[in-house]
Amino acid sequence: MSDLLALSAAQLAERIRARELSREEVWDTYRERAAADDLNAFLWVAADAPDTGDGPLGGVPFAAKDLFCVRGVPSQAGSRILEGYRPPYTATAVEKIVAAGAPLLGKTNQDEFAMGSSNENSGYGPVLNPWDRTRVPGGSSGGSAAAVAAGQVPWAIGTDTGGSVRQPAALSGIVGLKPTYGAVSRYGMIAFASSLDQAGPLTRDVTDAALLFSVMTGRDPCDATSLEHPEAIRLPSAQDLQGVRLGVPDDVESAAGIEPGVLEAFRATVARAQELGAEVDTCSLPHARHGIAAYYVIAPAEASSNLARYDGVRYGLRVDGDDGLLAMYTRTRHEGFGAEVRRRIMLGTYALSSGYYEAYYGRAQRVRTKIADDFRAAFERFDFVVTPTSPGVAFPLGAKTDDPLAMYLNDFFTVPMPLAGIPAISIPNGLSEGLPTGFQIAGPAFSENRILDAAYALEQAIGFDTAAVHA
Amino acid sequence: MSWEPVIGLEIHVQLKTQTKMFCSCELSFGDPPNTHTCPVCLGLPGSLPVANEAAIRFGLKIGLGLGCELAPRSIFHRKNYFYPDLPKGYQISQYDEPLCRGGRLGDVRIHRVHLEDDAAKLVHVGASGRIHGADSSVVDFNRGGTPLVEIVTEPDIRSAERAREWLILLRETMRQLEVSDVNMEEGSLRCDANVSVRRAGESELGTKTELKNMNSFRFVERGIKAEVARQVALLEAGQPVVQETLHFDPQSGSLTSLRSKEEAHDYRYFPEPDLVPVAVTPEMVEAVRAELPELPAERAARYETELALSADSARALAFRPELGRYFEAVLERADGAPAQTVANWVAGELATRLGDADPAQSKVAPDALARLVAMVGEKAVTAGAARQVLDRLVADGGDPAAIVEAEGLGAVGGGDELAGAVRAAIEANPDAAEKVRGGKAQAIGPIIGHVMRETRGAADAGEVTRLVREQLGV
Ligand SMILES: [Zn+2]
Repeated sequence: MSDLLALSAAQLAERIRARELSREEVWDTYRERAAADDLNAFLWVAADAPDTGDGPLGGVPFAAKDLFCVRGVPSQAGSRILEGYRPPYTATAVEKIVAAGAPLLGKTNQDEFAMGSSNENSGYGPVLNPWDRTRVPGGSSGGSAAAVAAGQVPWAIGTDTGGSVRQPAALSGIVGLKPTYGAVSRYGMIAFASSLDQAGPLTRDVTDAALLFSVMTGRDPCDATSLEHPEAIRLPSAQDLQGVRLGVPDDVESAAGIEPGVLEAFRATVARAQELGAEVDTCSLPHARHGIAAYYVIAPAEASSNLARYDGVRYGLRVDGDDGLLAMYTRTRHEGFGAEVRRRIMLGTYALSSGYYEAYYGRAQRVRTKIADDFRAAFERFDFVVTPTSPGVAFPLGAKTDDPLAMYLNDFFTVPMPLAGIPAISIPNGLSEGLPTGFQIAGPAFSENRILDAAYALEQAIGFDTAAVHA
Repeated sequence: MSWEPVIGLEIHVQLKTQTKMFCSCELSFGDPPNTHTCPVCLGLPGSLPVANEAAIRFGLKIGLGLGCELAPRSIFHRKNYFYPDLPKGYQISQYDEPLCRGGRLGDVRIHRVHLEDDAAKLVHVGASGRIHGADSSVVDFNRGGTPLVEIVTEPDIRSAERAREWLILLRETMRQLEVSDVNMEEGSLRCDANVSVRRAGESELGTKTELKNMNSFRFVERGIKAEVARQVALLEAGQPVVQETLHFDPQSGSLTSLRSKEEAHDYRYFPEPDLVPVAVTPEMVEAVRAELPELPAERAARYETELALSADSARALAFRPELGRYFEAVLERADGAPAQTVANWVAGELATRLGDADPAQSKVAPDALARLVAMVGEKAVTAGAARQVLDRLVADGGDPAAIVEAEGLGAVGGGDELAGAVRAAIEANPDAAEKVRGGKAQAIGPIIGHVMRETRGAADAGEVTRLVREQLGV
C-alpha cells in the first residue's frame, strides 16, 4: 500500500502544497479505493476530479453523506423515495468545502433520512464496519465513518441529530465533531429534525476535524438559524490539560447497557486527563436521562412534517394508479419509505395531534429546556462534560433491528447535546474486545476551539493507531 | 320575532412585495407557469425558508393602519396537510403568537393580523375546467410562496350589506397603505365569512358556518344574504344549523357543503423550527409609522366632524384619496364657500365627468373650480350654467369667468332685466297667469319655462319664481 494512505488529510494538504505530492496522485489513489469499496460505504463515486483551485484544504478529496444536496449528483438521503434524485443546487456546507479546495470524491451511505444508529436503515443496504465486517459501523453517518476508517477517503462530512456523527465515529475508530447548533448552515441538507440537525466532520484525527470544520462555519443568508461563529477555528496545539475542569455525569457508570470494556476505557482516559493536569469531579445533569424520551418525541415530530414533501407529486418515487390522489400518496409513501422512517412519521404525527400535543411535544420541549439548563449550570463549574460516546462497541448486524428501544439507547450519551444545542466531539479511545470505543467531550455553545484543544491533548496521550484497518 | 345575523370576516390579502415570503423569487402575475420558482418555493429537499423583511414591514404597516397592537416577538408555525398545491406538505403561517392583535377599522373590531405564504395554483385540465371530470391537474408554482396577510375580524357585522361596505373600506385602506393590489377578481383580496343568526336581543351566538369562495364584493353580499336566509329558514322550521364549511356558487346563488372529510383536518400546528422569531423593534415600528398615509376611515371621520360633510360625501372623498386631496385644494381657495357645496362639486359634478381619472391630472385647476363655486354662491351664474362652464373646463381648461363672458352664460339677475323678462313671459302666457292667480300654483311652469328659454338658462330659477309670484300678486 502506498505511504500516502498513512497520511492524515492535513498532512496530505501540506505535502501537496509543498509539491511533494500531486493532487492527481492523491485523487487517483483514493478514487480507486472508493470505487473498489466493498463496505457499501459509497452510494456514488465521482468519475473525474473537479477543479477546486488552491485553498486551505489543498486539494484533499472529501466525501459527503448522501443527504447533502449536490447539484447534478444523486442525493437521496439513503431513501428509495429519492432514488436517482439529482438536485439543481448544492448544499452550503459542501460549497464551502469545495471552495476551500477539497474536491468531492463521493456520496456516502446512511440510515434513511438519518434515522438510525447502525446504518441498517438505509434504503441501499447496510454498511459494514471495517474493523469487523459482521458488525455495524454505527449511524446514521455510517458510510462516512466507515469510508474514513477504511481509508477510502481522507475525510468526510456527516450530520448529527442525536449522535449521528459522534456515534459512528466512535464505533469506527475515528474522530467526529458535532458543532454548536447554527455554526454550520443547514441549507441543502435534506432535513431529518430541523431544530437538531447539524453538519460536522468525520476525520482520522482531531487536527483534520479542526481544519475541515474551520471552512464549514459561518452565517448563511439561506439558513435563518445559522450564526456567525464568534471565533475563527484554529488548529489545535494543546499539550496538556492544566487547569481544565472536567465533569463526569454521576450516572455514567450506571447507564443502561454500558459495557465493562467501554467503561474501563473511559476510566483510563479520565485518569490520563488528570495526569495531563485536568481537575475531574462528578457533575449532575439531572434531566439528561430523559433526553432519549424527549428526543424520540421532538425528532419524529419535526420529521413527520419535514418528510411530508415526499408525496410523489414533484420529484422522487411515485407509485401511480387510477384511484385518486390519496391512494397515490399512500402507495408512494408506503413503498418509498422504510419501516423505521414510517414508524417515526407515525410517532411524530401522533405526538403533534390535537389533544396530544401538550402531553408529548409540549412536555418534551420543556424537558429540552431543562436539559439545556442542566448543562448551563454544569458549565459554571466545569469547562467540559465528558462521557463515553456510546455505551457499547459496534454490534453485530441484525442484533438490534427487532428491538427499536435497545437501538435508541445507543444514543443515551449523545442525545442531550443536540437537545441543548451545544458542541461535542468523539475521539477514539482505545479498543474493547478488539473494537473501537469513543470518548466524548462536550462544551458550551461555540466552545469548539477549546474542545478541539482538549481533544487534541487527549488524542496524543491515548495514542490510538488510526491506520489499523487501512490495509 | 326577528333574527339578527352575526358576521365575522377572514380576509386574505396578497402583499405586493418584490419577492416571495420565504425565498427571493420575484412575484409575478400572468407570466408563463413555473417561471418564478426556486428550490425553496418548490419545497425541494434540503431547502430552507428565510422570512422576507419587506413582508414583515408590510404586515406592521397593516397592523398600524388597523390600530392593532404589534407583537414585539411573534413566531411562525407549520400548518400541516397534504395537497398538491402545497409543495412542502405544510403552510408556514402564524398561530398563537401572531404579528398583530386587536385593532379596529370603522365600527368593526379586528381580532388579529398574521403573515403566511400562499399556496400554488392548481389548474384542472379538461373540458370542465373544474376538479370533477378533469383529465388531469397541473400545478403552477409561480403563485406559491406569495406573501399573504390574514386579517380576522370580530363578529361585529350585522348585515350582508354592511359586510360588503366594510370590505370596501378595508380594500381602500389596503390600497392607500400601498401594500396590495387588493383585486378580488384576481385573488389578491379573498374573503371568507363566518355567519350565524340569533333572535334579536339575544347575546348568545348561534352555530356558525363558514362561507368560502366569494370572489367579488357582490358575491360576498349575496352569499351572506343567502346563508342568513338559509339559517333563518332552518331555525324557523325547528331544525338546527350544522357547523360546516359552505361553498357559494355565484351562478346559481346556491350554497353547497364541502365534504366533512376535508373538514376533519388536524393541522398539527407546531413552531416552525427553520425560522427564528420575528423580532419587532421600536425603531422598525416608528419607521413604518412614518410611512403611514391618512387612511380612509380617519379621513372620512375628519370630513364628517370637522367639515360637517354628509356621510356619503365624506366616504366618497375619503375612499379616493386623490379626490380628497383635490377637494381640500379647492376648499382652501373657495373663500368661505360651504364645504358641503364644494364636496358636491368635486365628488359629484367633477367626479362624474372625470370617471376614474385623478382630477389633479385634469385641465380643471383647483383655482378655477373654486372660482366657479364662488360665482354660483354669488348668483353671478346659475347652477345650470355653471355645469356648462364645468364641461368647458374639463374639455379645455381656462378661467370660468372668461368662459361665462365668452358664452354669455352670466346670470340674468340684476333685478330689472329679469323683471322685464318675467313681465314678457306673463304677457305671453295669459291663461297660465290666470290659473296661478286663481290659486293653481303648479300652473306657473310655462311662465318660468318661457323666462328660462329667453335667458338661455342663465336665470336663477328660484329668483324667477319669486318674481313671477310677486308680479301676479300671489
Ligand atoms: Zn422561490
